[in-house]
Order: sequence, then C-alpha cells, then structure tokens
Amino acid sequence: MEKTATDNANGMVYKPGSQVMVDMLLEQGVDTMFGYLGGVVLPFFDKLYDAPINFIIPRHEQGGCHMADAYARATGKVGVVVATSGPGATNLTTGLATAMMDSIPLVAITGQVRTDLIGNDAFQEADTTGITRPITKHNVIIKDPAELARAFREAFYIAQTGRPGPVLIDVPVNMQVARCPVPPKSEITLPGYKIRTQGHSRQITNATQAINESQRPVLYVGGGVIISGASDALRQLAQKANIPVTMTLMGLGAYDQTRPESLDMLGMHGAAYANYAVQKCDLLISVGARFDDRVTGSLETFAPHAKIIHIDLDPSSISKNVTVDIPVVGDARQVLEAMVELVEYRPRKEWFEQIAEWKAKYPFRYDRNADVIKPQYVIEELYRQTNGDALICTGVGQHQMWTAQFYKFKRPRQLITSGGLGTMGFGLPASIGAKLGCPDQTVIDIDGDSSFNMTMNELGTAVMYNLPIKVCLLNNGFMGMVRQWQQLFYGRRYAHSSLKNPDFVRLAEAFGAVGLCVDKKEQVPEAIEKMLKETRPIVVDFHVDPEENVWPMVPTGKSLHEMDGLDIFEMA
Amino acid sequence: MKHILSALVLNKPGVLAHVAGMFAARAFNIDSLAVGRTDDPTLSRITIVVIGDDKVVEQVRKQLGKIVSVVKVQDFVGQDVVTRDLMLINIACPIEKRPEIASLIEMFNGKVVDIAQRIVTVEIAGPESKIEAFIEACRPYGIKGMARTGTVALARQPRPSAEF
Ligand SMILES: Cc1ncc(C[n+]2csc(CCOP(=O)(O)OP(=O)(O)O)c2C)c(N)n1
Repeated sequence: MEKTATDNANGMVYKPGSQVMVDMLLEQGVDTMFGYLGGVVLPFFDKLYDAPINFIIPRHEQGGCHMADAYARATGKVGVVVATSGPGATNLTTGLATAMMDSIPLVAITGQVRTDLIGNDAFQEADTTGITRPITKHNVIIKDPAELARAFREAFYIAQTGRPGPVLIDVPVNMQVARCPVPPKSEITLPGYKIRTQGHSRQITNATQAINESQRPVLYVGGGVIISGASDALRQLAQKANIPVTMTLMGLGAYDQTRPESLDMLGMHGAAYANYAVQKCDLLISVGARFDDRVTGSLETFAPHAKIIHIDLDPSSISKNVTVDIPVVGDARQVLEAMVELVEYRPRKEWFEQIAEWKAKYPFRYDRNADVIKPQYVIEELYRQTNGDALICTGVGQHQMWTAQFYKFKRPRQLITSGGLGTMGFGLPASIGAKLGCPDQTVIDIDGDSSFNMTMNELGTAVMYNLPIKVCLLNNGFMGMVRQWQQLFYGRRYAHSSLKNPDFVRLAEAFGAVGLCVDKKEQVPEAIEKMLKETRPIVVDFHVDPEENVWPMVPTGKSLHEMDGLDIFEMA
Repeated sequence: MKHILSALVLNKPGVLAHVAGMFAARAFNIDSLAVGRTDDPTLSRITIVVIGDDKVVEQVRKQLGKIVSVVKVQDFVGQDVVTRDLMLINIACPIEKRPEIASLIEMFNGKVVDIAQRIVTVEIAGPESKIEAFIEACRPYGIKGMARTGTVALARQPRPSAEF
C-alpha cells in the first residue's frame, strides 16, 4: 500500500483510498463520528486512528446511526456513521430509515467486499445499496478509484442541501487500498439535483394577501422550520401579523411554547385548542410540514373552512395529501422572511378570544390528586426543575406524547424524537449523540421501559465516554401505547404487550452508571433534583401508573375535532 | 387516464432499480416501461406509461424528480408527441394460410422477420392502439408468443413541415 501522496506529471495528487476518505471527512469539517469496525473497513479505520476526529464506538450499529442522527439534529451539522459490510450495514437500516423520514442530514459509510467478489455471496456480502435505496436520499457504491473523492464531496452536499436526508457511500475494501486521485475541490454540479429556495414572488404575494384578508388564520408548522433555521422569521411573522401557531411533533421548538400565540402540538394527541383552531380557521398556513395522517385525522373533514397555503421546499409534499390553494415551493426561512415584509397587523379579537376560551376549557390534563406517580407529573416536575431549558430526547410511545404535551419547548433543536418512523429505542442513543453535539446542555432521555429495552446496551457507550446523560424512565411495565390501543379497541386484551423488565438500578450500576428507583409520588421532586445534579450517566426508574392513557385522542379515521378523553378529568 | 412520463436519468448502475423500486414502494402502477440510451452517453431515457388520475400522476412525476440520478422528467399528457411500441410476435401459420396472413401483415405495415415451418415471426411498430389491433387480428390464427418493448415517446418539435 502506498503511504505517501505522490504527484504525477499533471499535478494530480494520488493517495490510498482510505486516506482520501479521512481527508474528505476533514475537508468537510467532521470532528465527531460514530462507527463500528469490521474486516472490510480495516484500512479506513487504520487511517482514522491518527485523524483528529473524536470517534465514538456504539454497542450496535443501529445505536451508532441514531447517535449520528441526533448529533445532526442537535447541532445542524451532518452526522457521520461508519459500519462494516453485511451485518454492519444491515444494522444501520433502522437508523437510516429514521433519519430519512425526519429529513436528517447524515452520511453513512459502509465497507463492502472486494469489487471482484461482488455478487458472489462472499463472506459478509450484502447488497447494501440495494437494501438502503428506499431509505436513503441517495446512495452510491464506489467501483472506480477515480470516483471516491467526488462521491464523498457529493454525499455531504446532497445530505445537507434541499430537503436533507441520509446519504450512503459503499466502499469496497480494494478501493480503500487503491491509489485514488484527489482532484482539487471545486463546485459541485449534479445535473438532476435542483433546489428551489426562493419562493415564487407572485405566490408569496398571494399568500400574504390571503393572510391580510383572513379573520381566523392559523400557522401550522413542522420540522422544516427547524431544518431551515426559520424560527426567527416565523416569530416575526406570527407576531407582526398576529397569528396563532400550532406545531407538529417534529416542529416542537420552532415556536416558543411559553408565548401566548402558541397553540402547542396538534394532531392525534395534540391540544384540543390546536385541533379546534385548525377545524375552525379560515386560513391554514402550513410551513415545512407535510399533512401526515397523525396530524390531519380524516382528510375529508380536515380544516373544512380553510383556504390552505403550503410552504415547503419539497414539491412532492405539496398537494400530496390535501389539495393546496396557494403552494409556495421554497426554503421556509427565505419565504417567511419575504412574507414578513408584506403582512399587516390585524387585531383578530374574536378569534383570539375564542382560542383563549378553548385554552381555558381544554388544557392538557391528568389526575393530579392520584396517589400513584402519574407520568405527566414527572414530566411537569422535570420541566419545572430544568426551567424548561433541557435538551430532551425520547423513545416512542405514550411517554413521547406526554413529553410533547407537558414539556414546553422554547427553542429549535430542543426536542429530539423519531417522528416519522416512530423508532422505539431511539431515545438513549439519541441522547448520547445530542450530548456529544451539545456538551454544555443538560440532555435528558425521557424514555419508556420497552423502548429503553431495545437499545439500553448503549449505556455502555455513555459510560465509556463519560457522557452524563440522564435517562428518565417512565416505567409503566407495558408497551404503553399499544396497551392503550388494546384497551380502547381490543376489549382490554393485553396480547403480548408487557415485558419482564430487568432491575434497572442494578443494570445501570453494572454498566458503571448510576441507578435510582422511585415508586412514591413524594420522592419525585427529590429524585429529579438528584438526577439533574449527577455528573455521571444516570438512569432513574420511575414506577408510574401502569394504565394511564394519553388524552386527548383522535381515533384513526375520525375528524380532528372528534377527540376522545376531553371530559375525563372534568370531575377532578 | 393514461400518462406517458419521460425521464432522462444518469446512465449509472442502480438507477433503473431506484425508479422501479420507487413505483413499487409508493404503490404506483406501471403500465409499461422502456429504457434505452440517448445521444448523450451519460444519459438514458426511461419512458414510463402510468394510469392514474392527474393527482396521482403529478405525485409520480414529483417523486421521480426527487431521485438524485433523475435529471429531468416530462409528462407528455396533452402534448403533441410521437409514440411507438415495437412488437415481435409469433403467429401460427400453416402453409395454406400464408397468403392471408401476409396480406394482414401488409395492412398493418408489419414486417416478416422469420419464417419457420408453421410459424411466422412478425415485427410491427406503431402507436399502442395499432399494436393492440394487430394482436386482435392475429388471434384467430393462434399467437405462439410475443415480446413488446413498451411505449417510447418523444415530444414533437414545432416545425413547419408535415408529419411523417
Ligand atoms: C421498533 C419498534 N417496534 C414496535 C413499535 C410499535 N410501538 C409503538 S409504541 C410501542 C410501545 C412503547 O412502549 P414503551 O417504550 O414502554 O413506551 P410507553 O408507550 O409505555 O410510554 C410499540 C410497541 C415501534 N414504534 N417501534
């Protein structure tokens, strides 16, 4: 193998592929990455060994992929993960699909068997590009040394521009040891890759005119606002034009929920006042959201009185689920900034009075007088003690919805959760990735016991790298969210929806972390205080009410305003 | 309604699989699909016939456009286009039927490309309707096999001369 760069006659620099791979990462400013070793990535790892990159080994490639994903979500940078061929690559798939659904910029590098063995069922061979094609924004296998450097540059470009997403580069091991040319960095031209960032000016004028004429507008915003850094523009627009704002799960943090115009989350488990507002509004201004079925309920009756403006970078999101009156294809920030100039203040007194009435009548609630620990209470207490400032990650299930309901998010990138794919096991590795990206923030994984069971081996990673993440386990002894559906729709037949949990305290301790168990309501504040003070990774196992449900709930197929559970605690 | 989509794609491995996989994953139905090189060696043209309402086809078009290796997508609906299908068909043809079948082939502007003892192989090109009509006309004699390319299409360029 060649050790040093050599110049040939025409001045092109040649290096071993493995060195080119490292150089390309450094050229992109990568300083932290995640990954797991294997036979066909040995040359690359050998070069990584000397590189100024903070390298994190997860316990499982899925965990590594979620870490890179959460690192990207927390920082806005591109997350990088590497895995070996075959099982290493297949272990990445859940992580890639998670990042794809939530539009997260990620570069995944996989090793592959030698090019002359491809297709022969060689040891640890899998058709990685074939397997990952539908769950990546783009992928490529390198079969020519001349393509290696360019593929890396293009991967980073594609991952973070337009609607971001994961890009996978599959690098056969012989490419890693081949002599590869490194052309000088030049502008990237991809003939099929066009991004329209500036909205059409006439559409923007139409949209602002509709806003100025509207009596009862609602802004409905999603993760696109966070991705494009449009929060400031959104705040200016909402305040200048005087419009209430509701957010999707992915959009939480895009608008400060402590402000009066915030209608919090909408949708299946959203706030009643948000859902009512959408159903009653005369203008729905959607920004960076995609009318997911968990948000809209029955499509036929969704926002029945509203004209719909849809601002989105991805033309395929527009009029996919609902027919849009004023589509604006463009970057949320650029479009909103242009709109701020054109909108005018309207008092909309009646509309805000109506909303205030709904808010007073239908806040998120739970039985505060219960003797048992209510999961919502733990989150409220966590919110209080962290002053609403912590960076929160979650698993998937009831605890995720309660987090969305009871923690009020103030800033973008403050909530890291798997929205589109709904990946259980995301929380713990996500908190590790987020902590690495934001070491100065308090990072808390609010998790369910079953979700945590899926990836709890990553506690070893947190301990190994001294990452003081905090796991706040809302342990109901059930796969709570599916148990709730079984209770409501399957006559309370809890078919295979509970696990035998380990002793989480001893488990944490075995990993070298701190464990704490809380089963009395009175202990909750003190336990949270301890958790926040702890400087090592800590797991606090809160034994919460096993059969608490998430309310309100729009049953599948029902309209957004047909929520169950609004009256549940009226007597309390 | 039938739409003909024409996509220029990078001539690279995996691109066809990506396009076909996207159709399957999004439950779009492909009526026919034809791929071939273009005058530019870096590009191929995929011609896809899809049946669906305008909203579905619009979504297909956008999803195609999102694939990084897809350079350009056109929906030819409502446009002046030339479309052609090519078919090779084996027709049962005992000697005594030869004249009859030969005149049929001639009526359709087909071409005999091979004759075996009791089978004649015919090449026929044209818009899909013509191909379908020819198949129906051949049916009474017995069809022993066929291969079709699927529709290929190009937009007509505005020009003064008459059509060919
Ligand atoms: C990987 C994966 N498998 C299955 C599911 C289906 N599912 C959604 S929520 C849920 C239960 C989650 O239980 P837990 O993590 O304990 O959270 P809880 O709902 O009790 O708060 C299940 C099984 C999923 N979302 N992800």
